[in-house]
Parts: sequence; C-alpha cells; structure tokens
Amino acid sequence: MTMKQKQTATVIFQQEIAPAIYDMWIGTSLAQNALPGQFLCVYPKDRSTLLPRPISICEVREDKAALRIVYRVAGQGTKEFSHYQAEDTIDIMGTLGNGFPVEAAAGKKVFLMGGGIGIPPMLQLAKALNAVTDRENIQVIVGYRDSLTFLQEDLVRYGQVYIATEDGSTGTKGNVMNVIEERGLKADLIYACGPMPMLCAIKRYAAQANIPAYISLEEHMACGVGACLGCVVKTRDMDHHSHVHNARICTEGPVFEAGEVEIGG
Amino acid sequence: MNTQTIIAGITFKNPVMTASGTFGSGMEYSEFVDLNQLGAVVTKGVANVPWPGNPTPRVAEVYGGMLNAIGLQNPGIDVFMERDIPFLKQYNTKIIVNVCGKTVEDYVEVVEKLGDEPAVSMLEINVSCPNVKEGAIAFGQKADALSHITKEVKKHAKQPIIMKLSPNVTDIGEMAKAAEAAGADALSLINTLTGMKIDIHRRKFAIANKTGGMSGPAIKPIAVRMVYQAAHAVQIPIIGMGGIATAEDAIEFILAGASAVSVGAMNFVNPYTTVEVVKGIEAYMEQYHVEKLADLIGAVEG
Repeated sequence: MTMKQKQTATVIFQQEIAPAIYDMWIGTSLAQNALPGQFLCVYPKDRSTLLPRPISICEVREDKAALRIVYRVAGQGTKEFSHYQAEDTIDIMGTLGNGFPVEAAAGKKVFLMGGGIGIPPMLQLAKALNAVTDRENIQVIVGYRDSLTFLQEDLVRYGQVYIATEDGSTGTKGNVMNVIEERGLKADLIYACGPMPMLCAIKRYAAQANIPAYISLEEHMACGVGACLGCVVKTRDMDHHSHVHNARICTEGPVFEAGEVEIGG
Repeated sequence: MNTQTIIAGITFKNPVMTASGTFGSGMEYSEFVDLNQLGAVVTKGVANVPWPGNPTPRVAEVYGGMLNAIGLQNPGIDVFMERDIPFLKQYNTKIIVNVCGKTVEDYVEVVEKLGDEPAVSMLEINVSCPNVKEGAIAFGQKADALSHITKEVKKHAKQPIIMKLSPNVTDIGEMAKAAEAAGADALSLINTLTGMKIDIHRRKFAIANKTGGMSGPAIKPIAVRMVYQAAHAVQIPIIGMGGIATAEDAIEFILAGASAVSVGAMNFVNPYTTVEVVKGIEAYMEQYHVEKLADLIGAVEG
C-alpha cells in the first residue's frame, strides 16, 4: 500500500477547456503512484471553505512528476481553484481510493463510458488499458450536454471514441446508452463514471448483458481517507469496516462493481 | 518541561487527544501521524451491535466549519474489540473508547465488555450525539436523564468515565454539575451544535437527516465559553474541544479550564493537526517559561 500524503504542490498550467470546465496540470510527487480512477482531495485556501473537494485524476504525465485534473466549477471551492495560475501553490492530498481494475480488461473488448464531468478519469484509464488489450477493443463512449465537448482530442489517441450530446448537436442525440443502441456496440466489460441516472442505466444494462461493470461513484466527503464515514454507499454484501452493508466511497471505492452496490433504488 | 496531564488518576503524556468520530480508531490517520505522539486516541462511538448510520448526504460544508449527520455508524463492540483495540495497543498512547447506545442497557453492555480490556484507559460516554433519534442525546439534554445514565454506567464501569456533554442545552453548568454529582470522573465538551443547511437551488436539505451537528473553527468561541463555564461549575477535570485547529486554539481551552483538548473536524482539513498542536503547545510553554502544563489549566486571569 502506498502512503497517502497531504502536500502543497505547484500548478504547472491551467486553462478553461469548455464553459466552467477547467484543465489543470499539477507538479506533484503523488503522480508516482497514481492509478486510473483514483482521486485527489483538493483544499481551498479560503478558510471559510474547509473541506476538501474530491477530484478524479484525469491523466498522469509520462515522467510521473505531474497529474492532470479536469473539473467543473460547481461552488466556492472549485471557483477558487479555477483562478489558480502557473506557479501558484495548490493544497492536495492523494492518491486516494482504489481506482479501476485495469487487469480485468486483459484481452477483452471494453466500454469506457463517461458522462459530463465523469469523463476525465476515462483518459488515464484508456491509456492504461492500451497495455492490456488492443486499441480497437477500447470503445470510449462519452456524453455531453452540447457541442462544447472536452477531452475528445485526448481520448481519440487511446481508443475508438463515440459521442452523445443531449441536444444532438454532435454525435448521437441522447446519452451514452443511446450510442450503444444506435451503433449496436458490444463489450465484455464496462468502466463508467458519470451522473447517477447514467450509472443506474449502465448497471441494468450490464446485468442484462451479464457482463461486469466497474462504476465510479461520488459523494460529499469530509476526510477522504475512511475515518469520518461521511461518504458511504449501500452494498449488497456486508462491508468489512462497519459490518453494516455500507462501504466507504473514498476508501473501498470510488470504483465498485455495479452488482455490489445498491444504487438508484 | 512537563506536558503531562492527569485525568481521573491517569497520566497522559500530553494533553492532545482526538475528538470521537473524527479519527476512526486511528488506523486511517496512522498513515499521516505517529500515534505514539498523541496523549490519547479517543475512538469513534461504539455500540453493543453494529449501527448502519444515516442516509447520505451525511456531511455538508458551512462557513468556517461543517455539518455532519453520520448517525454513529459503527461495527459494534465485538468487532471493535477484536480489531480496533489490538490495533491501538501497538502504540504508546492511551486509549479512550467512546460508547454510544439507544438504551441504558445498550451502554451497560458495551461498558461491561470493555471492562475486560485493561488497555482501555477511560470510557467516554456519548450522551450528546444530535444525529440519532433514540438514546444518545435524549440522555444528554436534561439534567435528571444525564444523572440517571451516569449513575447506571458508573455502577458497571471498571474504567473511569468521561461524560461527553452536549452544547445544545440552556445551562451547561447545570449539566456539568449533574454529571459530577452522579459520579462522572471527567467531562468532555463540546459535542456538535445542531445546525441546518438548505440547498436553495434544489430546495432540499443539504443533509439527508435535515439537521446535522456543526463543528469546525466557527464554533470555537462557543466551545471555549462552555468549557470555562463548566470548569467553574465542577471540580472534575474537563477535556475541551470544538474547532481546535492550532496550538493557540488548544491553549485557549486549557487556560479556560480544560485539562486536555481534542482535535476534531480539523483532522479532515489537515491530517497532521494533532501532532502540530502537540509541538505548538511545547513551543508556547518554552516561550513563556511554563514548566508544567498543569500551571496553564484554568490560568486565564480576571
């Protein structure tokens, strides 16, 4: 197990890549052990906003000296982060959570499904999957609101990319499930991150198709390390921490096999 | 320099502890801090059986602090004694177990089981969690109920007991006196203040439980005031907590009358807080030529 650490790191670069979507590279030693699907806790400097913002790792630089995060400005904390510029410091803790099981895809045909701000972790995952399966097996299906897409040009380097937009301005009109339907795509395994209705639909689809689906969940967090029990999800089996069918998203997750978690009621 | 503090005859190497519920049983934070450097680890509340806790969202941020309504999710005393106590025993720090329950019998069952474990130095009786409907706070908001639970627990406890008081009362001094008269060996305060946050865009409560306990630096002045009032009401020692982020904060509590202090919500913000507070207290004592910590307890003038 790698040691978790809270540290003050340095912003290398930041830009807005779509409305309210920011793309930031951070120079940090935490990149050395970062896995696809893991996340960072990012701490605002404004002391009125104390709690960390959990943000998924989008990409790990080849030299393992920098991490990329792509996030949406959703409130005061992320608004503060969006003002950071190159050379500014940023307080982060990481690397947290379990990450996606990359080896499970060995030689298999997979879907990487991302919805909105759930798309970023799919980039590092797609990169990592190239080591265990052929590029043509990596089908990246991403859903956006409209034609103001992001990360598309990065994703196409590591897999076959299919797009859905809610307004139909680019790609399939609708959501990621509509892409599978319209194109008749097939896979042996799914990885997904996105809004809860999307994850619920993927869970149903995977159960019907009888294939595993590894979904990344989010929840409000306080500690980020498994101590506060703030970010739990109901589980099918007894959890090993509290023995009550409540797994900690920050620690046992954020990635769960869809059948293990009770989502969507 | 002597940073030791004595509570109910037990000597702690320094006055810095962890506030129950913010530090698990130390396992998660042992990756960040050397638990050997803490005066004590106060565990998350443990009941006689596993408790699932409340629905999510369980936490929300508020100005200078947070709300939580975890609802005391815990694995129950049996798993706790098999797993958490052996983990903590590896360290040279005192173990204080926070005990919760829905009925007097629940508390007594846990207290009796812990009586067989000499590694546990003290028991902290949680009668002040605002986030569970039965038990807990029902015992902590009326002086006669507090007196009753204190007496019952005291009858069965082998270790000294700390009654953890709620700030959600009219007169903290009266509650402190009731606990002392019923046999409490020490008091800890404050637990969280009941609060509420509404998401105006979704027109929903930020926390599924609707109300949550507020903690963090924003509540510190209230906590310092209550520790001061309780310290003037009773003779038994007090463990002070509520928004401690720095050694300076901790020293305020000690000057107000606390024999020890606990770091709570700030563990979430800076996992190194506890150890930084230990070092900062030492630096303060050196700066002001304070030979022993005991000289600072309740030393506020005027």
